[in-house]
Amino acid sequence: MSTIKELEKKLLVMSKTPELFDAEIRAIKSEIVSLQSGPKTRTAWETVQLARHKDRPTFKDYAFGMFTDFIELHGDRRFSDDLAICGGFARLDGEPVMVIGHDKGKTIEEKGDRRFGCALPDGYRKAMRLMRLAEQFNVPIITLIDTQGAYPGLEGEERGQAEAIARNLVEMAQITVPIICTVVGEGGSGGALGIGVGDKVMMLSNSVYSVISPEGCAGILWRDNKFAPDAAEALKPLAESLLKLKVVDRVIPEPAGGAHADHAGTFAALKSAILEELRPLKKIVPVKLTKKRFDKFSAMGIYNE
Amino acid sequence: MAWFSSRKAAKETLSEDIWMKCPKCDKHIFKEDWQNSHKVCPKCNYHGKLTAWERIGITLDQGTFVETNKTISPADPLEFHDAKGSYKDKAAEAMKKTGLNESVVTGTGTINGKPVVLAVMDFRFLGGSLSSGCGEKILRAANHAYDKSIPLIIYSASGGARMHEGILSLMQMAKTCAGIARLNEKNIPYISVLTDPTTGGVSASFATVGDINIAEPGALIAFAGRRVIEETIKQKLPDDFQTSEYLLEHGFVDCIIHRSEMKAKLHQLLSFYSR
Repeated sequence: MSTIKELEKKLLVMSKTPELFDAEIRAIKSEIVSLQSGPKTRTAWETVQLARHKDRPTFKDYAFGMFTDFIELHGDRRFSDDLAICGGFARLDGEPVMVIGHDKGKTIEEKGDRRFGCALPDGYRKAMRLMRLAEQFNVPIITLIDTQGAYPGLEGEERGQAEAIARNLVEMAQITVPIICTVVGEGGSGGALGIGVGDKVMMLSNSVYSVISPEGCAGILWRDNKFAPDAAEALKPLAESLLKLKVVDRVIPEPAGGAHADHAGTFAALKSAILEELRPLKKIVPVKLTKKRFDKFSAMGIYNE
Repeated sequence: MAWFSSRKAAKETLSEDIWMKCPKCDKHIFKEDWQNSHKVCPKCNYHGKLTAWERIGITLDQGTFVETNKTISPADPLEFHDAKGSYKDKAAEAMKKTGLNESVVTGTGTINGKPVVLAVMDFRFLGGSLSSGCGEKILRAANHAYDKSIPLIIYSASGGARMHEGILSLMQMAKTCAGIARLNEKNIPYISVLTDPTTGGVSASFATVGDINIAEPGALIAFAGRRVIEETIKQKLPDDFQTSEYLLEHGFVDCIIHRSEMKAKLHQLLSFYSR
């Protein structure tokens, strides 16, 4: 029996010429689904790989594929325009929103310019500027999280990486329009949380969200990052675990074969989930909204007393 | 030879009783000087790590501290195991070693008569890491300050989020900051004192968003680790990188204050607050 990984490899090759392999593609997709639906079909480490899959939709795919009328807005008005976080006004099924997310880029040049979606303080400050703009325009905020973490570099530390993220955590608690956050790929540590405080927090089914990357955790607690698969298992970064721990409100099933194999299907699923969550949130008055957000995050954590 | 070795041993014990080496400059200093200066090296001004209780002792007026939420202790929500064993055992060991139930001690007291809510992290407890319990205690301290309109002071000393509690420890960053946000709305001062070390998830949450940020001299204050950065950018970093002095120069702390003057300066700042 083939593993999911092998099947996906085959699928990728075949999907380049779908007209030739129509029947095979369908067969493989359903095999993948049956493999996925069985108990414990995929290890945490395999899901981490899937969340990082190079063919998963990136920010611009969502901006132009799932939304309409997207107009990108640049710059933090402090220092620069960090392309690792992208955002602007857009419409979701006609509804005006502000969409903000990590952008890993597509081509190798884009990836370089965007440091593979690892943002600088400038990126987090741009995100906050756009969130305040959304507040001014009275439109809801949609964030799409997909990063290994904030960029670890000289310039980031110099310009206050820690402060930029912390400031967003404080201010996102105060924003008076609805915020819906979705982890669409990798949710890596403070770099993810920096745009991840919302009234609803959701995950795509093959995405991961954790306090530290499995490699980083293995390097510290196992003293060797080749133990990343063990660390991934221990960190429990999968959507179902986070749902159980009440850190996320909803897991959105990806189409058969995963988001990387079916962008359109992914957009449809995510879009309907966002619209569904947004409807009741829009009816809540601002004071109540921030109070509820405070209560939601206050309740997070498990300890003895 | 028995008489000789026993005499030598006696002499060594004696000298060990009196002398010690500064952990930073390695010079010999009198233990008494080190203790009297509250663990500041008289030769190089290195500010050593204090326990939470030592810190409370030199910050608040004697006998005014009332501890809150002391029974909060770690659970093991992920049933976390690593190469060296289980989180459950590690937490139990930390509790036994420190006599604390979590990495932070919280409560109320006065500074030269001025009431404050105080939270002090203790690096000995699993590296002062931010866990569900630690986050809860800090949030409750902030809520107490909010309810009573009393200024909040947090002393940070932490390696960051506690990996053993996975995503729940990451969420404590958002949770504590939500508490700080409410203080901002009500114009209640929050003074953050950053001590050695304040890094990772603690620097990227409540520690760097004080209305006033104060650092102790020479403290390591950082988001990412030096080694990680050097590996990423493939170059050596300056020596003073990520120190209190570096942060002052780049505009992220208001002042650097010597331990011996901290209480007086906190009082001075609080005296400007009237509400």
